[in-house]
Amino acid sequence: MKGWLFHLAVLGVLAVLAVILPAYHANNLARVLVLAVFATGYNLAFGYTGMLSLGHALFFGAGMFGAALPVTLWGWGGLPVLGTGMLAGGVVAAAVGVLALRTKGVSFMIVTLMFAQAGYLTLIYCNAVTGGDQGLVLPGAARQVLGLDLTQDGSRLWLALGIYAAALAGALGLVGSRFGRVMLAMRENEERSRMLGYDPYTVKLKVLVISGLYAGLAGAAYGVFFGYAGAGFATVQYSILPMLYSLLGGAGTALGPLIGAAVMFWLIDFASGLTNAYLMLVGVVLIVVVLFAPRGILGYVRERWLPWLP
Amino acid sequence: MSFGPFLLLALMEGLVSAAVLALMASGLSLVFGVMRVVNVAHGAFFMTGAVLAWFVAGHVPGPPVVGWLVALIIVPPLVGLLAAAVDVLVLKRLEYEPEAVIVATIGLLYILEQVALLSFGPDARPVAAPFSLRLQLPWFGYSGYKLFVVAAAGAVLLAVWLVMTRTRFGLVMRATQVDRVTARAFGINVDRVYAGTFGLGAALAAVAAVLVVPTTQVHYLMGGDPLLLSFITVIIGGLGSLRGTLVAALIIGLSDGVISMFWAPTLSKIIATLLVALVLVFRPQGLFGAKA
Repeated sequence: MKGWLFHLAVLGVLAVLAVILPAYHANNLARVLVLAVFATGYNLAFGYTGMLSLGHALFFGAGMFGAALPVTLWGWGGLPVLGTGMLAGGVVAAAVGVLALRTKGVSFMIVTLMFAQAGYLTLIYCNAVTGGDQGLVLPGAARQVLGLDLTQDGSRLWLALGIYAAALAGALGLVGSRFGRVMLAMRENEERSRMLGYDPYTVKLKVLVISGLYAGLAGAAYGVFFGYAGAGFATVQYSILPMLYSLLGGAGTALGPLIGAAVMFWLIDFASGLTNAYLMLVGVVLIVVVLFAPRGILGYVRERWLPWLP
Repeated sequence: MSFGPFLLLALMEGLVSAAVLALMASGLSLVFGVMRVVNVAHGAFFMTGAVLAWFVAGHVPGPPVVGWLVALIIVPPLVGLLAAAVDVLVLKRLEYEPEAVIVATIGLLYILEQVALLSFGPDARPVAAPFSLRLQLPWFGYSGYKLFVVAAAGAVLLAVWLVMTRTRFGLVMRATQVDRVTARAFGINVDRVYAGTFGLGAALAAVAAVLVVPTTQVHYLMGGDPLLLSFITVIIGGLGSLRGTLVAALIIGLSDGVISMFWAPTLSKIIATLLVALVLVFRPQGLFGAKA
């Protein structure tokens, strides 16, 4: 109960921010929330189940093009393509997972990386449909969801907040459920969980598909919100970012991905005003976190002060 | 040009990329074999070597060959030292935990690239070839320097093999590879072996870079493709098996040369990456490696 109230309060604070923030930062907050949906899904696989994937960019990209292609090919509207994008993320995650989950650890990282790279190259290769390097610009007519005009900053932020709230609730529900405990068991000791009668392969595949659905929804939302779908969003960098957000915010904490995404986004936003080598921060933070703070910000808070944090 | 000479040209180009790939991938394979960690920053060390070579070549007076030779002599040890420092400062503290090392070397990759962006800038720049001999075949002329690259890569690989099999350092390295705990019990300084191995691996990437820059251009993002190809090579050849790596480099270099001459290079990359993923899934010991 305490956990739910706490998270409701966090969403309340976000809603207040949505009202008071100036336009530039409101727009950034919408981006952060969408990326946080992506990272929350990544964290389900990585933080809670112990699957360190380097292939989530593929699921994000699948979601983005799963939303953009129905728009450009058949002229679908904003709401249905959010669904097709989400579905595309899940389907691709299932296809990758069926094969990749036969491996674990470092092999799993490399297999997912290779599949993602192949997917990215395929997007480039099929440039007649996907726009290749240029990508696709989505027309304003396709960017209407439930009466909200997503070309406007305000409505974009409210929908992003709604999607993040749903994603957070879904993650909290999943982690708190019996299945969530099995996920943790897989992370802590796969062999022992197998001995208790749980099949690691099916459990991990289910989690990976859920994670893919999150990534797909986030990719679709990013495309529809900001009116652009490009192969650049399927590059390795978009696999590394959710990992970074989860690690920094706290792997295996519900709000960690949001905190990680927000901190990194504004750090990079600040640094990009100073130098064109702002991506250096990604490298520095990765190394610092992995060396000195493997539990991340919220992991530390949970350890010291708030042991009940989910 | 008719098909025969065209194929010959493709094979020669393939041989050059195979030689460079073999150098690069053997460094990656060495590190994986001895330390059981994957160095994602390997391509960034390659790029660092190329940038340093450009810098050295530009600051040494005299004909291009002098600057290039100086670069060949001092750049690989510099990059090796940098890598050894990273090993001591970062990887050792992570206790070589495989997943943590991957995350840390991803971070290192970003840092090296961005440092290059800051110091070297976003533009691609050429390095002058040390000599411009042209080999005139009946159908086409071919750069003599490229053939020299093949020979030089072969010589370096031979030297690596001799070091691994004939010297005390190689013996110590192989002992650490087989069993690090026993090696330590026999008084081998495992920490130093690891730092040396990581440095040697990066130095090999730097040698490849100095050899290759006169035929291509220096750019701060140039490490990506060689990294991917080295991954592919090491995995197809069997993780940690140096011989398998060489065979795989030859196959992949040659087929890459031929395929990208006749078909779209993107398609060949898609096929190669998918192949690697499937090899890791269904035959994790590699196509040539023995069953682990």
